[in-house]
Amino acid sequence: MYTISNRLKIGAIVLMVVGALAMAYGFVTMPSTVEEAKEMVAAHGDGHGGSHGAEATHADEGHGVAVESHGEGHDASHDEHLLQQLRNKPWAALYVAAFFFMMISLGVLAFYAIQRAAQAGWSPLLFRVMEGITAYLVPGGIIVFVILVLSVMHMNHLFVWMDADVVAHDHLLQGKSGYLNPVFFLIRAAIFLGGWILYREYSRKLSLQQDEADDNSNFKLNFRISAAFLVFYLVSESIMSWDWLMSVEPHWFSTLFGWYTFAGMIVSGVTVIAMVTIYLKSKGHLPDVNDSHIHDLAKFMFGFSIFWTYLWFSQFMLIWYSNIPEEVTYFVARIEDYKLPFFGMVVMNFVFPFLILMNSDFKRVNWFVIMAGIIILVGHYIDIFNMIMPSTVGDQWYIGTTEIGAILFFAGFFIFWVFRALSTVPLQPKRNPFIEESKHFHY
Amino acid sequence: MASKVIHAYYNDDDVLMHAVKKVKTAKHHIEEVYCPFPVHGLDKAMGLAPTRIAITSFMYGCLGLTVAIVMMNYIMIEDWPQDIGGKPSFSYIENMPAFVPIMFELTVFFAAHLMVITFYLRSKLWPFKKAENPDVRTTDDHFVMEIEIHDNEKELKDLLLDTGAVEINVSEKNLH
Repeated sequence: MYTISNRLKIGAIVLMVVGALAMAYGFVTMPSTVEEAKEMVAAHGDGHGGSHGAEATHADEGHGVAVESHGEGHDASHDEHLLQQLRNKPWAALYVAAFFFMMISLGVLAFYAIQRAAQAGWSPLLFRVMEGITAYLVPGGIIVFVILVLSVMHMNHLFVWMDADVVAHDHLLQGKSGYLNPVFFLIRAAIFLGGWILYREYSRKLSLQQDEADDNSNFKLNFRISAAFLVFYLVSESIMSWDWLMSVEPHWFSTLFGWYTFAGMIVSGVTVIAMVTIYLKSKGHLPDVNDSHIHDLAKFMFGFSIFWTYLWFSQFMLIWYSNIPEEVTYFVARIEDYKLPFFGMVVMNFVFPFLILMNSDFKRVNWFVIMAGIIILVGHYIDIFNMIMPSTVGDQWYIGTTEIGAILFFAGFFIFWVFRALSTVPLQPKRNPFIEESKHFHY
Repeated sequence: MASKVIHAYYNDDDVLMHAVKKVKTAKHHIEEVYCPFPVHGLDKAMGLAPTRIAITSFMYGCLGLTVAIVMMNYIMIEDWPQDIGGKPSFSYIENMPAFVPIMFELTVFFAAHLMVITFYLRSKLWPFKKAENPDVRTTDDHFVMEIEIHDNEKELKDLLLDTGAVEINVSEKNLH
């Protein structure tokens, strides 16, 4: 039986407190009038030399939505737009971090369901670890849902299509309003989160019952619901990515966006499974987990990193090549204002794991896997950052107090919740029919 | 140089694996094992040196990538620049996204094909080569372990029978 160590618990709580304070700072210093917003940008420009000041006066490529909607003179609408962006900043920071950690546990849930549906022989030893990580889906999903509800209530301006005034002046958004309207949006979100959480809780229950059972009926039922869940998941995850990520830029669309989000999700998930497993092993738990299990997880990290790159590039190249104005604005905005995070993320998510994890022996070196994992996680945070920020805060982005505070808060909460869940049941399943195979798994 | 070798036949890969481990613990040198299909973990059990083909694969991949870059640069930029889709080909780096699929394909192509060729050469396999396996049954359902005899025929025979061999032959072999 694993018990959460005091150091880990205190560390997680400290992260949460520091993060909450930093986020509160971001919300308190949020400008409330146009004058304040202009002052902030001016001060920022002075502090960092001319380059930032020049950027701030950029025309709004890619933010046509907000500009079009405010029909008055360009200057006034630009100032108003700037205010909206600065007011969005702490909300976007909160949303990106909340989504990112929810996405990790959702990715682990998908990976877990795949292991169940495939009746994989190598992984049952890691089932409790995966179930521990997916425990975070309940609070994490609810937090994301609450942020979405607050957006619908106009507490922030993350989703521009929720603004009735904007839609009234936007022909394209009127055409999409049958799908992109606040009520249907929340209904979909509730169905998706409800479905994922239902599967998670039910599968966990069956998994625990299997340990005490005399036959394999729980195991078989788990196999069937996992296969069914994967069908639901693939559809719901795709629609979720359109709703929660792609719709911040409601004029733009990409048909492989769902897959692309899924790739980032599953690689982050597998990475966290590997990191938690290595941590637990270093504390003397999971004695039967050997280097071959870590090796397999690292292979998945390597493979899914390349899969992510493949989808990232497929999306980028087709849009870049065809150069259709309504599509290409998405990348113009990112390459103009987000050059470093946009290309830096490709290095972190592709070049680095590709070179580091290519060697078979390195995949068995635990600290190597941890280091590669940290880079992959930061890279995929920046991936989500690049999806949300350009459309909500434009060129006013900065990875500062609020953004880092939001990461720290959710990281602390994630660690606290996951390890608390891990400490409730024994870390090794007893009666899984494949447990012997898993114990003797070797590469 | 001709020498006497002993051939032990097995009809199950698990039995073979145990036999190999047993022979190794008895400190005999296994010359070769002939299998109808690859047996997982056999190389480790026999104490063979780890393969270096992964290193060659990486080098061939780098070679393929280089060939792709040089080739596309010559064809598309230097020799015959065209204006495709409003993207005039005057600079490799600006047109790079269009070349990435080719860079990827040639990397894989070179790594895969040259790796196979290297493997064949290293294993001394080429067209019309006479098969080295001592018995046709090793292409069907039997495994053969080959051990060189150094005046210990009796001892080896007993050991091999003990490991579950279904047949044992002693023959002359021309060692290369």
